[in-house]
Amino acid sequence: MNCRSVVLEVTVEARQVEEAMLSLLHTILLHRSSGKFHYKKEGTYSIGTVGTVDIDCDFIDFTFVRISSEELDRVIRKAVSEFKDALSNSGSDGVGQISLEFYQKKKSRWPFSDECIPWEVWSIKVNVVNLANEQERQICREKVGEKLGDKVINIVEVINRHEYLPKMPTQSEVDNVFDTSLKDVQPYLHKITYQITDSLGTSVSTTMRRLLKDTLAL
Amino acid sequence: MEEINRHAKADGRVKMDSDLSPQDKKDLDKFIKFFALKTVQVIVQARLGEKICTRSSSSPTGSDWFNLAIKDIPEVTLEAKKALGGQLPGIGRSMCVEISLKTSEGDSMELETWCLEMNEKCDKDIKVSYTVYNRLSVLLKSLLAITRVTPAYKLSRKQGHNYVILYRIYFGEVQLSGLGEGFQTVRVGVVSTPVGTLTLSCAYRTNLAFMSNRQFDRSAPIMGIIVDHFVDPPCSNQRPANMGHPCNYRAPDEEDGSPFAGVQDSQEVCTTSFSTSPPSQLYSSRLYYQPSAELCHPAANPNQALHAGKEGGVALAPVQPHGVDAHLTVEHTPNTPGSSGDDVGLSQSGEGKRDGGRRSDSPSDPVESLNEFTRKVGAFVNKPSSEITAASLDLPFAAFAPRGLESEEDDLMVQPPASPPCPSPLQASLHSQGSEGSGQQDDFVMVDFKPAFSKDDLLPMDLGTFYREFQNPPQLASLSLHISSQSMADDLDSLPEKLALYEKNIDEFDAFVDMLH
Repeated sequence: MNCRSVVLEVTVEARQVEEAMLSLLHTILLHRSSGKFHYKKEGTYSIGTVGTVDIDCDFIDFTFVRISSEELDRVIRKAVSEFKDALSNSGSDGVGQISLEFYQKKKSRWPFSDECIPWEVWSIKVNVVNLANEQERQICREKVGEKLGDKVINIVEVINRHEYLPKMPTQSEVDNVFDTSLKDVQPYLHKITYQITDSLGTSVSTTMRRLLKDTLAL
Repeated sequence: MEEINRHAKADGRVKMDSDLSPQDKKDLDKFIKFFALKTVQVIVQARLGEKICTRSSSSPTGSDWFNLAIKDIPEVTLEAKKALGGQLPGIGRSMCVEISLKTSEGDSMELETWCLEMNEKCDKDIKVSYTVYNRLSVLLKSLLAITRVTPAYKLSRKQGHNYVILYRIYFGEVQLSGLGEGFQTVRVGVVSTPVGTLTLSCAYRTNLAFMSNRQFDRSAPIMGIIVDHFVDPPCSNQRPANMGHPCNYRAPDEEDGSPFAGVQDSQEVCTTSFSTSPPSQLYSSRLYYQPSAELCHPAANPNQALHAGKEGGVALAPVQPHGVDAHLTVEHTPNTPGSSGDDVGLSQSGEGKRDGGRRSDSPSDPVESLNEFTRKVGAFVNKPSSEITAASLDLPFAAFAPRGLESEEDDLMVQPPASPPCPSPLQASLHSQGSEGSGQQDDFVMVDFKPAFSKDDLLPMDLGTFYREFQNPPQLASLSLHISSQSMADDLDSLPEKLALYEKNIDEFDAFVDMLH
């Protein structure tokens, strides 16, 4: 199976990194999350309700919609915060990339561990700029807001092509497709990783794993 | 046996839904109907001017269509159902939600049109109850995201004091002509169904220069309308539903109490809250000018666009129009690049621009306009002040209304005159007419007076009005003609007595005169 790969690129000020990443990651997850499944007898299931929250950015003229789930928000914020710290520690010319990968688990027989097969990867490349004065920052606020709007339109365009999505699983298979650890929503299994390229051009690769059931499975 | 459903199409052809079971057809119709209703809810709620917050629920309630927590504002649902008239969006029958902006003076402008259309491309193999339903759910999520991205979202968040956002739902042919030139389209998404492909898209205006083809009907300003659409949200962190601030501007002749006064039947106000934040600078300036250069995006610097065609020397269009009396200290408008103090103060004389165009947000201007006429004698008078009657003061800027209605050709809002080259500010003040272009001698620039440090609180007697009224105190009674004429009459009456007295004493007078020789 081919993994669908989408690359988005943004240029932001250092203080805008966090909100820019949150807005795009949450927009993607909004579309890649479902309500909680409740399996009934005879293989049928019902789906819970997903709420949404409007979030105004403080450093960007932009408002985005995220799923109403504090748990999910905490996890994403933690990942973005680590990415932002890594980016700022790398030096002023830092370029970084944060990736949101959706995958399915394929159970393997003992002694082999389960395979994680990605089916969609969203990569957001970030270029951090430094601005000299307040007027430039004000312009940047608006411009970055417009750019993020364009990225949201790109994301929506890709998602609405309705290309490959994992099949809806049976009850026994649901953990291979969805992250069922959250109590109010059920996103597809995903992980967030990032890479930082510092000004010297050397690549410092750091992987951060979300706390998932599979890391505890073994 | 195959069940065959026949549909007569508008053009007389017959379409066979041979692969769609009756149950599937029924489900699909229901999905499309509720999708249309939810689409309208999402769009209208996104233009109410407030952040939306709904809760996720792990237990399905059974009433949340498409597994999304989207509230139903009853009035909006009613409007949508009325527009649909029992029909469904179909081929050639699009459902459209038009979002427009209406200012406190009754001028309006279409901002965007959301269209739910269906074309003939069918996907017979798709599963209705599962795939179509889930894809419609994803499409609604996309709509939630995209409604925050189009330019009208930011405008709707700032609505209240100067303008409100309205919506109109209609069914049938898509009308995009009101969006002006260069409008952009964004496609939210498509969902294939066995009866056709649903497409949801938005066409939005990019040219936000104020178009005024139909804005000159002098209907009552929209600001008297408050419709509270909110229902209590489950989220505890959201502000209470009844947070709409009461409208603080009403036309003086508008009746209180009628919530829909001045709104056409097919339009409904989409907002409740009227914020007390400063009026949008974008719109206070755009109302007055139809610049030759286009404003392509509200984020673009409006000052520069508005000054297109004018020289930079005279900042005729301060973003917050501060009218300045020629006698008074000039006010600075920090938002106008390149403006100097002198420029603002003398702009009223130099350009002869749209006299009606300087309408600002303050309704206290009728008195001020009267005083403008009476004070500027010689340099600016083009109408005797007797034309301005007390009755006309009931309407803001009523002094201009009759003229505007009489001859739209002359009306400067509709036919903007060419901007004359600006002379130096000093010259402009002394030679008000000489510096103008031809054909503008009759124009009188009405500039609003906003005294410094005075809050624009729109009370009947605010500082500006007070100042204007008491600038021209009445004449002293002792100096009035009436009194002086009376004293002369007294003098004439007493004359015979005085003459008699003088005749009696004539010898004394003669002796006095001899003494002088």
